[in-house]
Amino acid sequence: MAAPLTLVLILSVTIRAVLFRSSLAELISERVEVVSPLNAWKRVVEGLALLDLGVSPYSGDVFHETPLVIYLFHFVVDYAEIVFMVSTFEFSGKYNLFIKQKYALEADRYPHDCLELMRSPKEMHYIPLKVAMFYLLNPFTILSCVAKSTCGLNNAVMALFILSTLKGSALLSAIFLALATYQSIYPLTLFAPGLLFLLQRLYIPVNPCRSRFWFFTVQYSVMFIGSLLVIVCLSFFLLGSWDFIPSVYGFILSVPDLTPNIGLFWYFFAEMFEHFRFFFICVFQINVFFYTIPLSVKLKEHPVFLIFMQIAIISIFKSYPTVGDIALYMAFLPVWSHLYRFLRNIFLVSCVLLACTALFPVLWHLWIYAGSANSNFYYAITLLFNVGQILLVSDYFYAYLRREHHLSQGLYLRRKDGSEATLVLK
Amino acid sequence: MGLLSDPNRRKAITSLTLSVLPDVVCYLAGIAWFMGLAFEPFTLRTYMSENAMGSTMVEERFPSGERALATAREFAAHKKKVGGMPVDWLVKTMRAQGLEVFTQSFSRNLPFPDESKERFVVRGTNVYGILRAPRAPRTEALVLSAPCSPGNSNNQAVGLLLGLAQYFRSQIYWAKDIIFLVNEHDLIGVQAWLEGYHHTNITGMGYTPLQGRAGSIQAALSLELNSDVVTSLDLVLEGLNGQLPNLDLANLFHAFCQKLGILCTIQGKLQRSDWDTVEGYTHSAQTMLLMVLKQASGRPWGEHGLFLRYHIEAASIRGVNSFRQYKTDATSIGRLFEGMVRKLNNLLERLHQSYFFYLMPSLTRFVSIGYYMPAFGLLTTILLLRALDLWVHLGTPTPVTEDGVGEGESPSSPGLLSVLTPVVISHLTGVALYTLPVLSQEMAVEHFPVSETEAVVLTAIAIYTAGLALPHNTHRLISGEGTEQGWRVLKLVALLYLAVLLGCTALINFSLGFILAVTLVPAAACVTPHVPKALSAVAMVLLSPGCTILYCVFLFQELQEVPVSLAEGWMLFLSVISQGILDHALYGSLVYPLLALLVYPCWLLFWNILFWK
Repeated sequence: MAAPLTLVLILSVTIRAVLFRSSLAELISERVEVVSPLNAWKRVVEGLALLDLGVSPYSGDVFHETPLVIYLFHFVVDYAEIVFMVSTFEFSGKYNLFIKQKYALEADRYPHDCLELMRSPKEMHYIPLKVAMFYLLNPFTILSCVAKSTCGLNNAVMALFILSTLKGSALLSAIFLALATYQSIYPLTLFAPGLLFLLQRLYIPVNPCRSRFWFFTVQYSVMFIGSLLVIVCLSFFLLGSWDFIPSVYGFILSVPDLTPNIGLFWYFFAEMFEHFRFFFICVFQINVFFYTIPLSVKLKEHPVFLIFMQIAIISIFKSYPTVGDIALYMAFLPVWSHLYRFLRNIFLVSCVLLACTALFPVLWHLWIYAGSANSNFYYAITLLFNVGQILLVSDYFYAYLRREHHLSQGLYLRRKDGSEATLVLK
Repeated sequence: MGLLSDPNRRKAITSLTLSVLPDVVCYLAGIAWFMGLAFEPFTLRTYMSENAMGSTMVEERFPSGERALATAREFAAHKKKVGGMPVDWLVKTMRAQGLEVFTQSFSRNLPFPDESKERFVVRGTNVYGILRAPRAPRTEALVLSAPCSPGNSNNQAVGLLLGLAQYFRSQIYWAKDIIFLVNEHDLIGVQAWLEGYHHTNITGMGYTPLQGRAGSIQAALSLELNSDVVTSLDLVLEGLNGQLPNLDLANLFHAFCQKLGILCTIQGKLQRSDWDTVEGYTHSAQTMLLMVLKQASGRPWGEHGLFLRYHIEAASIRGVNSFRQYKTDATSIGRLFEGMVRKLNNLLERLHQSYFFYLMPSLTRFVSIGYYMPAFGLLTTILLLRALDLWVHLGTPTPVTEDGVGEGESPSSPGLLSVLTPVVISHLTGVALYTLPVLSQEMAVEHFPVSETEAVVLTAIAIYTAGLALPHNTHRLISGEGTEQGWRVLKLVALLYLAVLLGCTALINFSLGFILAVTLVPAAACVTPHVPKALSAVAMVLLSPGCTILYCVFLFQELQEVPVSLAEGWMLFLSVISQGILDHALYGSLVYPLLALLVYPCWLLFWNILFWK
């Protein structure tokens, strides 16, 4: 286990080091698919320069990172490449404890013929390795890391949140969740799965009539809000002003920068009349948060899967998505390898995602450099890419529910007259 | 969503893919669709989209054709005396006409000498004069260019250019700066000038910075004229990497030819009115195929080809003097240019209204992207159907009985690893094909009695052929592969790879993508380890990218009505390869790296499948 992991680590370090030194690095760090106005390294450097001159980095409209990040880089700017690498590797260490307890929980509860649906401990043993491999060798992560996008840092914080939650440490989990929320607001929706998982670990049933449930919920919320307040106040004291609130969170929520990216916002808001803008921004932003409620109700027994769903939804619907965000939820896919047999459209979806990834730079070239295509071409691919992602996530969701259904009903379903039954989702 | 989630419909779709019939139908339909594009009722009539150029009237009054020809003769005399470009004379003449005149000298080391001219280092000077716009802030410019070619050619073009400059100087209606450029060494000179103008250096050219500059260039016209009178003017549109200028530029040219009664051609072919006869159809099909072949080559087919990269709409206009009775004199050609430049002068924004993706079966007819893409789409559908078929095969060792359940295990990871090796090895071969020919030319020249150019071409062909020996080697390297599952996974990967590759190519350069698809798709769709080896190996080689180039050379000669014998064709093929490599080094044409680094390795994967043991 340790040896292959080291091998993967060495391989991924080599790839990144080579790319950092090559002429490609500059090209990659300019790509709109890889960096967004929020996390571009160029903007961080600009912010640092302003800070050194004693000007607030948020004056002007260039820098939109949080104050903690800029102070972090203030001290380590010379080692920036190393920081980005480390932040990537932190991620890989996270799944060591993953879901082992789930197996023990499930073992005796289900009908006999479902045993083949269970994962053997041997398969489970390799999952952390596969996750590490999926994340470290994913071209999306490599691109994001080579572009020095601060997205890698956000992913590392999210990974730490997941790790501490899985280990059952409520305080650490709340702190990291607060950090992640502080970085980009959207991880707020991970509050629900985090809470559900910790409740499950403590064997507290999700029942509004029980005082223990409320006690723990309040406890977790207080920890979360407390640490969020501490972090925000710390930023205020470091910076001496509240400038960063509109400049970071206002920037994320009101989407003033319409540079094309792989998300859904830019084209809509570039085309829209000004007086509809506020309404549609609300609609688009609610999209990210809204799915938390039905998903939490449906998946309250399976908070880890809920975390995956939430991260995927965030990375699809957030205002400035980059490929680094996609890499984060793609790293989860090997964890659900047991769902593979229930996936229906995986071939179609992977073809779509693959083709779109290749077409992004081509259509960008045609639009910006050759001048022969226009923004509609690029947006068409963006749209297709997001439809592909949504299909992927909903396919996994369907497969998960299907597996649960088979676990309780038996694998081979019969109709009342004894013939074979098929499940149809219409 | 019913289509995707309902198991019965899914079964219907997958069973459809299992038969060969849809593939054959798709292929034939794709070819038929493409050939149908030349049929006149299926094409659209060209029309002027740009308002600024359509409705306004201009009057052409250029009077001094004879004087321009006299200037041309003077220029020729000076050229002969200096034995190259008469820079001083040009500067003096342009200055006398009241232009701001500047020169730019450049030098370029060629990776290997080009065949026709045998030169390693190219040194030269560009001369350009700027006529400042009296009527507007000088933020925009137009370019008129003429090459100073060696020998006796293109003297009239330079003469006419100078004549136009003198006439334009006396007019007051210019709203854009007009740059008159006389460049040496054809495309290399234009490349140096454009890089100097835009402060870039993408090809490693050495040049002195430009001293004078006008605004951002909106459009450029390039003139090539070899005789005092012409019978017709030919419009050349195909540029670097198959880029085309906005269709309005072609419309503009055609409109003025109509107005002035000048015969105009495209691909050297006149328009015919009898579209409903077989000859009429063949004629327009030939014209369209010529355009497709030229576009697919990715070469700049005139000086305008390099302007297109900088987002400048440009076209070359070439005078043709044949044995036809009806002649056009220099005054009319001058008026044509005057009219075109005046209309371009009226532009309020860059040309963008009309089409950028089109094919032209004649000068008045065009096929837009929406009409020709389905032909390519039908061909790629075959690849996707085959891939789906393989996927179903891989997923179900036993027939599917119910939705989802029973769709077996995933392509196993050892299968995936055994796929990685052929992929890496064939790409390394591709890298060798890309780098070695130019790197190893010195060694080859030392050991074999060949010139540098021959050495490069022959090395490329040698590496290309050596790549065919690969499958046996990879098998020896890895033991334990060669399962039934193994080649299926490899073929699945290769099919998807080819589909994405061709799709991207066709978007940038439709013709190249389509030509490659026509030959590669049947090979890719049919190949398995179980077909008769020798026969299919021959078929595979005949359908390989290298042979595709060979066919294109013969077809091109045939369409140009200068058919060649086999030996001549072979020599032409060799020179096409060397020209392709040189175009990549000099102007950044992408066809050579695309073929060497991506298409050839992809084809090698299919070759690998054929010899899977």
